[in-house]
Amino acid sequence: MIGAAVASTVLEGSRLSWNIVADIRQLFLFSFMVNAFRAGTIVAVTAGALGWFMVLRRQAFAGHTLAIVSFPGAAGAILIGISVVVGYFAAAIAAALVIAAVPRSPGGRARTSESAIVGTVQAFALACGALFVSLYGGFLSGLTGLLFGSFLGVSPGQVDALLAVAAAALAVLGVIARPLFFASVDQDVAEARGVPVRFLSGLFLVLLGCAAAEVSQITGALLVFALLVMPAATAQRVTARPMASFWLTIAVGLVVVWLALAAAYYSVYPVGFFVTTFGFAAFVIAAAGRTAASRSGRVRVPAHAGLTP
Amino acid sequence: MSGLAGLFGEPFLRYAFIAGAAIAAASGLSGYFVVLRSQVFTGDALSHVAFTGALAALAAGADLLVGLYGACVLVALAMAALGPRGRADDTVIGSVFAWILGLGALFLSIYTTSAAGTNATSGVNVLFGTIFGLSAAQAVIDSAVATCVCVVLVFIARPLLFASIDESVARARRVPVRLLGTVFLGLVGVTAAAATQAVGALLLLGLLAAPAGAAQRLTARPFRGIWLSVTFAILSVWAGLLIAYAAPKIPPSFGILAVATGIYLTAIALTANGRRALGV
Repeated sequence: MIGAAVASTVLEGSRLSWNIVADIRQLFLFSFMVNAFRAGTIVAVTAGALGWFMVLRRQAFAGHTLAIVSFPGAAGAILIGISVVVGYFAAAIAAALVIAAVPRSPGGRARTSESAIVGTVQAFALACGALFVSLYGGFLSGLTGLLFGSFLGVSPGQVDALLAVAAAALAVLGVIARPLFFASVDQDVAEARGVPVRFLSGLFLVLLGCAAAEVSQITGALLVFALLVMPAATAQRVTARPMASFWLTIAVGLVVVWLALAAAYYSVYPVGFFVTTFGFAAFVIAAAGRTAASRSGRVRVPAHAGLTP
Repeated sequence: MSGLAGLFGEPFLRYAFIAGAAIAAASGLSGYFVVLRSQVFTGDALSHVAFTGALAALAAGADLLVGLYGACVLVALAMAALGPRGRADDTVIGSVFAWILGLGALFLSIYTTSAAGTNATSGVNVLFGTIFGLSAAQAVIDSAVATCVCVVLVFIARPLLFASIDESVARARRVPVRLLGTVFLGLVGVTAAAATQAVGALLLLGLLAAPAGAAQRLTARPFRGIWLSVTFAILSVWAGLLIAYAAPKIPPSFGILAVATGIYLTAIALTANGRRALGV
């Protein structure tokens, strides 16, 4: 029965029919799609959880840089012939430490100087990626895969590695969640209460780097940021209550990734395009709904109230 | 000396040095204000828009420059219009440009699978730049555009500084803060489009951020900082070009970014004890 279904699918190619049950069953016929869905689920949960804190802490730019850094990591790993997964994580964690370690500029304006540093780290990392690619020579098709992602080549071993890192990162996040939330919402009061603000922010950047390295293995280095920022931005426009928006972030991330994988399976276009488009659609709907609700006179909590640091 | 003469005997190197200097001056100048106004993330977004614009033009079979400049300027003006006081929220910027980049991936896939673009090099060139591949016409266009950006920026430098440092006082003194912010972002968009040709969409952020960041670490005086930033940018481009010429395996974009990052690191080291190096 299943063998016949596989045969007919292979013969007909992947085509969408009006029978939804058959379509969904067809999605899971091939093991590469099952692996892609497993990896996508792990990645969506990790990115949602870390992305929620990233948006709360207004570190979108740092998050984007950590996401991009996985490209030189992977290119460098290919160049010296070690595992790409190692390259992803090593580069992301190293960049997180650099951003956290650079001394603050004299005379205040911490935010300004930090953003210049983050921008420089990002551009230099990408330049290193270009150098590695040039030194390695001739892997142009692989380059597009590194930058824009591919879900076809996810191996079971890679899924296990993703799961292990995600579990570790989420466990650490669970331990530091309460003090991190405190430090993010009101840094001065948290510092006065003896919360190790600087240490927490460094640790958070490392966790964010891990999440970015995970996601980039599916969506490619350039589109990781979509999964980090879009679900969180959507959820924070729907509700201002921290717990509700946290779980909503993860739910939105999961739906976006599942829909994108299904859409990419049934079309010729890259998965990264679908991830960003579905994520952006969710964000636009949430923003429009919020505007409509406030226009119709229902007084609601203003944007980010209670979440603004 | 004969080596230097030989260096400038090559036309493609002459174009690279001249256009590179003009683009670097525009980047250093606008970058100073970008860093001062905490809009580096906006510059980051514009650099990614440049990629999508260029690829959209290629996929549609139009001229690359049209897509490049059109997309950068449109998105820059849109961001100025969206945000309160001409500055958009981080999450909004992030969501919008992540989606635009996704569109870029779509256009890349359309372009590479179409008959016109059987080789994927154009997409990669947009991402990482081809300063040694500039034609005479391109070099002239880029230099002219970058020079215009510099002239306009110098012209509005004083009111823009005022509006960037103390917005409410500037507004009370009837400085057109909102208009200045919009014009400025438009200029950053034009700079991004011009710089995409030279260092690539992904790396132009470094030319905006690193020289300006170094200059602001070294001095708090605005005009000294502006000239320092421009000097650092031009120095980075020229030194990077020389490195890439001497070692052909190294892409010019990497040489440029390596020098710019080195300058920034030096500035950080000089000011690590909490003082600015060049007076207050």
